[in-house]
Amino acid sequence: MAKVPVQFTLNGSEKAEFIDSGTTLLHALRDKIGDTSPKGGCHQGTCGACSVIIDGELRLSCLTLAETCNGAVITTTSGLSEGGVLHPLQHAFLDTFATQCGFCTPGMIMAAKVLLDHKPNPSRDEVVEALSGNICRCTGYEPIIQAVLHAARANSQNAA
Amino acid sequence: MALALHTFATVKEANAALKSRGSRYLGGGTLVVRAANEGDVSVSSLIRSTEPSLSSIAVTDSKVRIGASVTMAAIARHPDLSFLTKAASAVGGPAVRNMATVGGNLFAPAPYGDFAVALLALDATVGTDDGETPIETFLAGRDTNRAIVTSVAFALPKADGFRFLKVSRVKPKGVSVLSIAAVLELAGDGAVSSARIALGCMADRPMRAKAAEKALIGKSLTKDGIAPALAAGNEGTSPITDPIASAWYRNEVLPVHLGRLLLT
Repeated sequence: MAKVPVQFTLNGSEKAEFIDSGTTLLHALRDKIGDTSPKGGCHQGTCGACSVIIDGELRLSCLTLAETCNGAVITTTSGLSEGGVLHPLQHAFLDTFATQCGFCTPGMIMAAKVLLDHKPNPSRDEVVEALSGNICRCTGYEPIIQAVLHAARANSQNAA
Repeated sequence: MALALHTFATVKEANAALKSRGSRYLGGGTLVVRAANEGDVSVSSLIRSTEPSLSSIAVTDSKVRIGASVTMAAIARHPDLSFLTKAASAVGGPAVRNMATVGGNLFAPAPYGDFAVALLALDATVGTDDGETPIETFLAGRDTNRAIVTSVAFALPKADGFRFLKVSRVKPKGVSVLSIAAVLELAGDGAVSSARIALGCMADRPMRAKAAEKALIGKSLTKDGIAPALAAGNEGTSPITDPIASAWYRNEVLPVHLGRLLLT
């Protein structure tokens, strides 16, 4: 099958790749471009492990075809740290023990980032709602909710 | 996975391309890419159209037109469609709502398709290049429909006239046990003058609760007033049985939730 070109901005750098038509963004990111932070869980849109941010919106990379992302700006969890310094959300996940096996964590962090980008001081209910499309089988969710609330507090203290 | 994606500027061109064998229309991807990921080999090519009218929402004094590619998230945040926020937010989690489209929801098999239940209660029409079809006719023939859905349109319900309820076991996001939407109009004395009630998960696709609608006319929205409607609520239902709930359970709990919706 003929290859098709795709080009998008991934975590601030330009990426161009030739892929098979119909390739999912998850597959293109992990197996073509080498960003393995989005995880392939259910491939059905149920678990949220593959969540990435496309043009400011949370999307499921397992159900998004890479060709439809031409010209898009894509953020994944691997692009959050700067110069070896972890993002406040990543710190908060470590501090509150919000990660055990870690498989859901990149998706959780993406969902949380979109929330905090739009709402720097969310309520607990808003955090729960924002994470409602992401499944975690280890933590029981509470540490993750606490992590997001911690990160929000850390952000607002830094801003003050 | 050998899939080929073909993108067309107009719906007309996309409709022509959809005539080829193995082709499916790609909306938000939450149904058709999922099917491909699950190994549905009947899908070999995906067709989509980027025609701008597919992504627009138009609200006038009395009428709403929503393009088929409009997402659940776009409906949920639209200032003139606040009465639909609950129904649009009932679909999936945040990421799914950023992808799932109105057009796609019309094809979602039970237990999915909660938004289509709302559209059925609103007596929407479904637009294709061939014209407008009443939603009931459309839903009945959706398995063989090949024309790309371009829009849905409906009359704005009167203030507080639209009600929606989704029952799921996992909060805040979970697959439907059932969903109910109703458009009710009340006369001056508080008696119901018209009622349209739609049910999700009570058949393989959204269905009307016609017996309950009829039993509600002329009654007040009180415990005694709605009793005949609740008794008639299960008429004609053939609910799905799935890991969420059995058909028996869905039938058992429908009157309870219908009652809650009518008394709110």
